[in-house]
Amino acid sequence: MLYREVGQYKSSYAADMAVFPILQDRIGVAIILLVAFVVLPLVSNNFLLNTVLIPFLIFSLAAIGLNLLTGYTGLLSLGTGAFMGVGAYACLKLTTMFPHVNVIVWILASGFFSAAVGVLFGLPSLRIKGFYLAVATLAAQFFLEWCFIRIPWLYNYSVSGAIEVPLRTFMGIPITGPNATSLTRYLIVLSIVVALTWIASNLVHGRIGRMWMSVRDMDLAAELIGIRLFRAKLLAFAVSSFYCGVAGAMMVFLWYGGAEADVFAIDQSFLVLFMVIIGGLGTLIGSFFGAALIYILPIALRTIPGAFGLPIRPAAAEQLTFVIVGVLIIVFLVVEPNGLARLWQIGKQKLRVWPFPY
Amino acid sequence: MHILYQIFVDPFVQMGTAPDLLAQTLWDGLVGGVLYALIALGFVLIFKASGVFNFAQGIMVVFAALTLVGFHEHGVPAFVALGLTVVVMFVLALGVERLMLRPLVNQSEIILFMATFGLTYFLIGFGQLVFGGSPKVMITQELYLPSGAIQFKGLGGFVSLQKIDIAAVIIASIMVAVLAVFFQRTRIGRALRAVADSHQAALSVGISLEQIWVIVWFAAGVVALTTGIMWGARSEVSFSLQIIALKALPVLILGGFTSIPGAIVGGLIIGIGEKLGEFYWGPLLGGGIENWLAYVIALGFLVFRPQGLFGEKIIERI
Repeated sequence: MLYREVGQYKSSYAADMAVFPILQDRIGVAIILLVAFVVLPLVSNNFLLNTVLIPFLIFSLAAIGLNLLTGYTGLLSLGTGAFMGVGAYACLKLTTMFPHVNVIVWILASGFFSAAVGVLFGLPSLRIKGFYLAVATLAAQFFLEWCFIRIPWLYNYSVSGAIEVPLRTFMGIPITGPNATSLTRYLIVLSIVVALTWIASNLVHGRIGRMWMSVRDMDLAAELIGIRLFRAKLLAFAVSSFYCGVAGAMMVFLWYGGAEADVFAIDQSFLVLFMVIIGGLGTLIGSFFGAALIYILPIALRTIPGAFGLPIRPAAAEQLTFVIVGVLIIVFLVVEPNGLARLWQIGKQKLRVWPFPY
Repeated sequence: MHILYQIFVDPFVQMGTAPDLLAQTLWDGLVGGVLYALIALGFVLIFKASGVFNFAQGIMVVFAALTLVGFHEHGVPAFVALGLTVVVMFVLALGVERLMLRPLVNQSEIILFMATFGLTYFLIGFGQLVFGGSPKVMITQELYLPSGAIQFKGLGGFVSLQKIDIAAVIIASIMVAVLAVFFQRTRIGRALRAVADSHQAALSVGISLEQIWVIVWFAAGVVALTTGIMWGARSEVSFSLQIIALKALPVLILGGFTSIPGAIVGGLIIGIGEKLGEFYWGPLLGGGIENWLAYVIALGFLVFRPQGLFGEKIIERI
């Protein structure tokens, strides 16, 4: 009833191509942004901000990054964790070398380092495809992980071998380091994620996005209609790694506040890949759904037995979580192989014709 | 100059002056390579027949070994436990086909790949729930596997070969030979090759895909069990073993995803290359290069032969 597009005429090409062509969608996005920027900071406590909202946003950004590469360009990558790591270490080096520049600038700038490394390891993609490429990106993952451990310069020769996030302030308010409040960090993360999502949305709706998708659907045909594969694929690697790098920098600077190299291990790559596939390949909103499901589901599962007062050993609960997550992944894939984003679309379609079945 | 000397001259001088060490390193690499090859073999079997990139092969190795040890711990005689484990692997294959492959038939590769991740998670959780998370000792003696070492004098020093390693090489060779005969000479083997060539053509001549999938997953399960016993006897049976599944991936790249000889040759190249690299060139870079060297070797090969050493030539049509 509410979700009707009847009577909304588009009088220009731009209006027709808009990201949110329907008025209700625009209102919905405005409400979501309002809730995220105003309501949530007012009502949520430190626990909610630190363990749910900040990580959810960061993982969403990483998932968007991988989705640009895997979902839109069709290049399977298992090196996401390492690219996130490059961002984090680059940010640390930059902010130690130039401590007076605002750290948010460096968080964004570290993405460029990640992009450069991504392009380097994306070079084989010109010759290899599919799972062969996935294994090639594993070379990036393991090589970079080794660098993070073996090159002390990267972590400023700290004794523990870990990144220690220094205190950085902006207009007198601490934004990184132990003194920063979770609210400040949440708002920064949220702003960066919203801005970068907006850019990604424009990218994929424009010429570059169409170029990527044609490469995904069939790269030979794309080459024949005049798309330069070399540039399209490397651009995808660069943009994707940029997003992952920013996500990695935010993860260490605005969430963990300190991290060792094993944070960027292969598990992280797989986790982000889960989010992309469960959320829906080739959809931006799916990245958010996937991040929410994969990140929040284990937390929820762990708290459920406690909430009901069931006497389960912590170890057994952990193992049960594994079993349940594994089964749920398979069930989700069987029920809806196109991911949660597809369910969302189906829901919207149902809402559009409600109360009629079609 | 010095660094060039260290890279290009010094390692070879070391190899020449201490041939016993070289022989030892080569042997260690060979044994490691055989085990990588066994895991890669499990991958190849499944990939050929069902087009599924089975990430769960590593955890299947752990799961099979744990089941074997677990049965034995409950007082089942060793060889009965072995038989029971084979039955468990068959049930697993049946379950995978019924609950995972059949509903997902005709989905894209990445979806099936993802589903095997789900299977991995499930097996990790289930295995820990049933058998506990702590490492276990493989029942080497009960299975009449030899232990101890043979020392060879010669090459200007001592070369020691673990008996279990020799047994591993022999058993792996026997298994590959049996699989080869099975593929080439039997009715089911022919059907398997037909399915590998083309699903639709195989269906049209009356080969049951479902049946073939169960057989293939079961065969991969048996390969996993063998790998688990061998690898477990060398160290111990623990969940960290599943990491070796990732090590099998460069082997696959090198050999090609669809070639059984490729898996074996690739395994040996990776195993030996890794050990030689770590031993002679590793210290230059501060050690630990074993973790990524295999991938870099594989990547180097890929740039020149994108389908792997033995893979079928990739023909693309629009």
